[in-house]
Amino acid sequence: MLNKIYDWVDERLDITPLWRDIADHEVPEHVNPAHHFSAFVYCFGGLTFFVTVIQILSGMFLTMYYVPDIKNAWESVYYLQNEVAFGMIVRGMHHWGASLVIVMIFLHTLRVFFQGAYKKPRELNWVVGVLIFFVMLGLGFTGYLLPWDMKALFATKVGIEIAASTPLIGEQVKILLAGHPDIVGAQTLTRFFAIHVFFLPAALLGLMGAHFIMIRRQGISGPL
Amino acid sequence: MHRGKGMKFVGDSRVPAVRKPNIPKDYSEYPGKTEAFWPNFLLKEWMVGAVFLIGYLCLTVAHPSPLERVADPTDTGYIPLPDWYFLFLYQLLKYTYASGPYNVIGAFVIPGLAFGGLLLAPFIDRGPERRPMKRPFATGFMMLALVSVIFLTWESVVHHDWEAAEAQGKIVEEAEFDKNDEGYKVFADQKNGCISCHGENLTGGAAAPSLVGTGLKPDEIKKIAKEGRGAMPAGLFKGTDEELDKMAEFISNLK
Repeated sequence: MLNKIYDWVDERLDITPLWRDIADHEVPEHVNPAHHFSAFVYCFGGLTFFVTVIQILSGMFLTMYYVPDIKNAWESVYYLQNEVAFGMIVRGMHHWGASLVIVMIFLHTLRVFFQGAYKKPRELNWVVGVLIFFVMLGLGFTGYLLPWDMKALFATKVGIEIAASTPLIGEQVKILLAGHPDIVGAQTLTRFFAIHVFFLPAALLGLMGAHFIMIRRQGISGPL
Repeated sequence: MHRGKGMKFVGDSRVPAVRKPNIPKDYSEYPGKTEAFWPNFLLKEWMVGAVFLIGYLCLTVAHPSPLERVADPTDTGYIPLPDWYFLFLYQLLKYTYASGPYNVIGAFVIPGLAFGGLLLAPFIDRGPERRPMKRPFATGFMMLALVSVIFLTWESVVHHDWEAAEAQGKIVEEAEFDKNDEGYKVFADQKNGCISCHGENLTGGAAAPSLVGTGLKPDEIKKIAKEGRGAMPAGLFKGTDEELDKMAEFISNLK
């Protein structure tokens, strides 16, 4: 039955080459922890992706309850944390995932750096990877404000003050982030929500797509 | 792939009529113990992912994610702290030549050089050598950056008062009481100054603890009001003994 459905679709859309592109690539011995235990260092990139997927999924569930305005944001997080079935687990996974993804991406960066895997022809993939790192830090920064508790507000105030001290364009950056020259409030919260949920994830998905296409194109770097 | 003359298509589409069999490549000719990604290697990765997920879930269950009290922009005594992975940048801004008039150095020049160097590493370290020992500058600078990040994070953690940080953010329960109560009026009287630290709802703040549900007897409260306790100095209460009685009674009854 499934084979027939596959054949029916394949006859019309020729999906086999597409599928073989995704599934059919060799895994050399030197990156396979089953053969060399030290090859576990090659797992960090995959685990970064794994945590990213969990972040996206748990984040999608969080937005089912979260309300991005200053009157209800904290209340909705409190409700999610204390009343909703498994809300504590979903929020906990998103909270700890934010830290784990930084740890994993950091270890992945170190692995690639110390192995010199960014050298020709993989320069562009390194640059895209570092941009992913920056986007992750941006996601961490914008997500910190959303529960609208004390540390969220005051840490964001400090962050915005630092952004405001940018030479030349400081004031503009501050207004772009906070929505107002002086107040960190309702506008700031909706802006950070939009950045955290739409702008940065969109950038992240685009960059990750480019990262993976380049890996498939070039293959994994050889043994040292 | 077949191209050009003699190609047959499905209907009027661009999809070739001759189909490619969905068979994986044979990796037996590849060097060493190369294996196919799908499904052989993916299953092993799945195992690693499963073990990782168990650790991740244990962490989630063992440490519920924190939530402090609702943001109160008027509480200026609050000492903020960013998430742990920004601590090194935060700590950098505390040093003399990286803050105040030199803020640009701490906030932009140093992080800019470090992150810019990271971004452009392939264009800076251009030699063909890949082994860390054979490219001492790249390895050296990365080690320097690593040690700096770890040192700054460490300094930030040991200089932060974690107990005070926990106390200042605690969710405090609001008590229901009558603001026309004689005792509350004494509490709110500016000359005694109680309200400026303990707050108009008696829930405390960065400078003082909550007075709700203290479980203290009126006599004990009178003693603290007169003699102080902890960070609270003696002699703050300046009213009469009668007023003190009313206030102590009122605070003692708050639940």
